Amino acid sequence: MRFVTKRKRKASNNARELAKTQTGITGFDEITFGGLPQGRPTLVCGSAGCGKTLFGLEFLVRGARDFDEPGVCMTFEERPEDLTQNVAALGFDLQGLVHKKKLVIDHVQLERSLIEEAGEYDLEGLFVRLNHAIDSIGAKRVLLDTVEALFAGLSNEAILRAELRRLFLWLKEKGVTAVITGEKGSGTLTRHGLEEYVSDCVVVLDHRINNAISTRRLRVVKYRGSTHGSNEYPFLIDQDGFSVLPLTSLELNHKTSEERMSTGIPRLDDMLGGEGFYRGTSVLITGSAGTGKSSIASAVSNATCARGERCLVFAFEESEQQIVRNMRSIGIHLQPWIDQGLLRYEAARPSMFGLEMHLVRMHKAITEFRPSVVIIDPLSSMLQAGAADEAQSTMLRIVDHLKERQVTGIFTHLASDRDQQEHTNMAISSLVDTWILLRDIELGGERNRGIYVLKSRGMNHSNQIREFVLSSCGIELRDAYLGQEGVLTGSARLALEAREKEAAAIRADELQRRKVEYQRKCKALEAQISVLHADLRAEQHALNALERRETERSRVSERDRLEMAASRKASASQTGSSKKLRKAK
Amino acid sequence: MSKPAKKVAKKPARRPVTKARAKNGELLTLRLYVAGQTPKSLTAIANLKRICEQHLNTEYKIDVIDLMANPQLAAGDQILAIPTLVRKLPQPIRKIIGDLSSTQRVLVALDVYDPQGAGNAIAKNA
Repeated sequence: MRFVTKRKRKASNNARELAKTQTGITGFDEITFGGLPQGRPTLVCGSAGCGKTLFGLEFLVRGARDFDEPGVCMTFEERPEDLTQNVAALGFDLQGLVHKKKLVIDHVQLERSLIEEAGEYDLEGLFVRLNHAIDSIGAKRVLLDTVEALFAGLSNEAILRAELRRLFLWLKEKGVTAVITGEKGSGTLTRHGLEEYVSDCVVVLDHRINNAISTRRLRVVKYRGSTHGSNEYPFLIDQDGFSVLPLTSLELNHKTSEERMSTGIPRLDDMLGGEGFYRGTSVLITGSAGTGKSSIASAVSNATCARGERCLVFAFEESEQQIVRNMRSIGIHLQPWIDQGLLRYEAARPSMFGLEMHLVRMHKAITEFRPSVVIIDPLSSMLQAGAADEAQSTMLRIVDHLKERQVTGIFTHLASDRDQQEHTNMAISSLVDTWILLRDIELGGERNRGIYVLKSRGMNHSNQIREFVLSSCGIELRDAYLGQEGVLTGSARLALEAREKEAAAIRADELQRRKVEYQRKCKALEAQISVLHADLRAEQHALNALERRETERSRVSERDRLEMAASRKASASQTGSSKKLRKAK
Repeated sequence: MSKPAKKVAKKPARRPVTKARAKNGELLTLRLYVAGQTPKSLTAIANLKRICEQHLNTEYKIDVIDLMANPQLAAGDQILAIPTLVRKLPQPIRKIIGDLSSTQRVLVALDVYDPQGAGNAIAKNA
């Protein structure tokens, strides 16, 4: 009598889409589009210490705790007490779940030295135990960890293989979602070729050391009846268990916001089209050492908290206390915001973990704290934690993640002198929306700070280089002076300002002088004009007098002539004139 | 801890010798785990009876446990394979898996193998 024949099929075997069981493991359900195949066994394999058992246990614990699916853990290697202790650090209370009848832990011990084989046998005992455990709490999930230990305990491999095949079939018939772990073999996925029997879903875990920093990776090798992400995804085990990270988000469909947010530096807002950054964009601040990147970032966090929003800062170079102290010196007081819980610092050395670990820490902190602004200071130190291409993909993921959550990201980047210009060695410049460049301007024996907006998508930003002054009253942006030698800053600017003031005074004097001169000239000319007018009038008088005299003279001479004609009794023609003369008389 | 499902036998040795106890004076306690009435189980029960009757010259006790009826008993003795014969007493616990078709191995594993006696017994049987 076998269970196989007794049990009716519980697994969904209709022609519809494969039913899936959510594992509850962060990120894993996303890359498998829903979890493990429901009612089927899944093989999880990998080398020692890569987290197979933890994967399985988390699957059980989350199932029992979050999805109300009780589970059975059949362990062939570790004792239940050890298991309980090992995962207690991850916040999993196995004993509590056992008391609540949500979990059964069955430890299968096999001591080869105590067992004598005499004749034929099968593993029905294992089936009985498993079946009893499943039925006692109505389990939906099963973990077999590591069933391959049987190969060490029993010598008859043929029987063992036949029985394992039967076991996996039986699990399927039973309709439980099972996770079977297996140790990685040479050339095969598992040492004893379990993948031959469990072939619905195979997950490979890997643990790789690169530059002395380890990275765990997970890959879904096979998933019958379902699409799945086929990449190697980094994952990590920390105090909250297992987290798998999709390498990049599949689509580029972030929501965009029209809302603008102030940078906390009024004149920088002016440079950015008058209103500051767009909310939810990524901002890169690059510059060489000591150009004031962190100060600008702190000004942004200060402004964010002043608006009552939360700001999360990942500091890789300075500790929280150090930043607070240093920023106080330029008039930015951060401690009150920390006390109010609006500002949080996550300070760690970049080489403390691998990039993936950093990424996951960030993910988690962002999820927990729900900030509206995230500052990473400086981004370039991520390079210390991994190779350049990895750092870039990490950055891409951070930027993606922040955009997805509509969080404004401010990243500072330390540029070496060589690549101070339009280049970052992490090649993330094309990912960011706004790029603010800080420069050292060396002139006249001083170094001064210059700031300009290299690019800012979607806004009419200033193209000007401004001088940027850190003082105890905060950050101030000044107009830079353009002289013959280029941009003038610092004391050169002050000298020029003085010179210009002097020149202006001289120009004002000159103008005044010119005005007086003009008035004087005006008066002189006016006088001349009146003299000329007088002359003119005199001439006119003379002319009039002359005319009068001439008229008189001609009248007199006519009269004389007529009188003379009359006296001589002139001709007819002359008579007319004598008549006129008479008439006139 | 366990309630035997079925008491098969509690017999003295067939040969009325000095009702010898097992080496350190404890009663030889055997427990046979089976799962239902499968051919293997039946063979094992038959084999066990035969071996005990023919080769043991000490007092012994046999419990046969059917795991189909009492599945909760499987974990206690770490039963994995069926059939399994467990020597509970004397200590240490020993396990023999299989249908007990190899008499020699069973006797060795039970640590009751007396070369001479067994030899005689086998000779007798033959």
